[in-house]
Amino acid sequence: MIRVILPPNLRELAEVDYEVDLDLEGPATQRTVLDVLEARYPVLRGTIRDHVTHERRPLLRFYACREDLSHEPPDAVLPEPVASGVEPLFIVGAIAGG
Amino acid sequence: MSRVRALVGTRKGAFVLTSDGKREAWDVSGPHFAGWEIYHLKGSPADPDRLYASQSSGWFGQLIQRSDDGGATWRPMGNEFTYDGVPGTHQWYDGTPHPWEFKRVWHLEPSLADPDTVYAGVEDAALFRTTDGGQTWHELSGLRGHGSGPNWSPGAGGMCLHTILQDPANPDRLSIAISAAGAFRSADAGQTWQPINRGLKSEYIPDPDAEVGHCVHRIALHPSRPDTLFMQKHWDVMRSDDAGENWHEISGDLPSDFGFPIDVHAHEPDTVYVVPITSDREHFPPEGKLRVYRSRTGGNEWEALTKGLPQQDCYVNVLRDAMAVDALDPCGVYFGTTGGQVYASADGGDSWNAIVRDLPGVMSVEVQLLP
Repeated sequence: MIRVILPPNLRELAEVDYEVDLDLEGPATQRTVLDVLEARYPVLRGTIRDHVTHERRPLLRFYACREDLSHEPPDAVLPEPVASGVEPLFIVGAIAGG
Repeated sequence: MSRVRALVGTRKGAFVLTSDGKREAWDVSGPHFAGWEIYHLKGSPADPDRLYASQSSGWFGQLIQRSDDGGATWRPMGNEFTYDGVPGTHQWYDGTPHPWEFKRVWHLEPSLADPDTVYAGVEDAALFRTTDGGQTWHELSGLRGHGSGPNWSPGAGGMCLHTILQDPANPDRLSIAISAAGAFRSADAGQTWQPINRGLKSEYIPDPDAEVGHCVHRIALHPSRPDTLFMQKHWDVMRSDDAGENWHEISGDLPSDFGFPIDVHAHEPDTVYVVPITSDREHFPPEGKLRVYRSRTGGNEWEALTKGLPQQDCYVNVLRDAMAVDALDPCGVYFGTTGGQVYASADGGDSWNAIVRDLPGVMSVEVQLLP
């Protein structure tokens, strides 16, 4: 099981609580996690990554285990504590504003 | 008695304002989509309870929302706006080629006849259409493929398609405007397009009389006279009486001919409204006085409408989509400001009241007449 924590705007949009639990088959990567997330919540398509290129939207970041994974390749395997559900994957809106 | 519904898009959400035909007391519902930019929302002329809203964010991109009950409840619709074919390039601010990139939907124009058909004007400039109530969107790529596309360039607000006009007498005729490419018209329901900018003069582009490149801010028409178009350009207020083939200036005695919105009285095709601001670098009213200007002669002669509007220390702007009229008699006129006020006049502009005063900056105002 993978635990994903969405930013508040996307929680409202997907009508979910603080944490989303996803069942994943195969290796846990950014791509496979987002594929499953978007399959379960189609309204999130286009809000985290581009519809066509699947590139991460520029002002979103992926954090886990106190590390910034945003610039990792989408097919890189996520840290074991994320893959095993011990630690969540945070999807975070980049800080902006005053 | 008829009811009136005002749809207000702001920097931080949408608001739905309702009143009876007197237009004195207003109920305010919202914010809907709190925290999101709502560039525009508009109801279907064929089904007033069918509303569409453009919801966007720099972080999370574009969403389209639809309501089937007049704004009480909403549901997200399709949000994939993919350019047709290889997008190519347009000019960047410095004149270099820049890839076409979808950023947001500026304007949603529901079909006059079919609630499931809606046109969307987007940044980077292109026209999309849905025919299934917003589930899927397809580009009418003949516009971007017109041939002049590689020469289009963005205005300060981005390269946006912000105006979509339908001819009530001819559903195949569409007119659109792009900042800063100019105005274009289609005679075949959006398949092919021609620029309609003859007579526009823009000193801020290399060739002031160029076929494209003009920063058109807004175009309006009266449904009973669709060949007459009124335009607020970056500078200059213009008029065409041949569906855009030729334009002439009607700025006349305005204190400034710079501004964003322009609209036409619901019952008087020669009564036009603008909100002048000082200049391209000072986006606020001249002398700090918020004045709507009305021409009853189709332009050139303008009168200041000030009753109920702040006449000192007012430095707000009125954006291009933030003015609307209702079809009651007398005609109601509405506009929203970047300071969060929505002003309404129930007497054609003679007097004004702030029907709501402290919203986030207003980006769009539309008004519906309800049975």
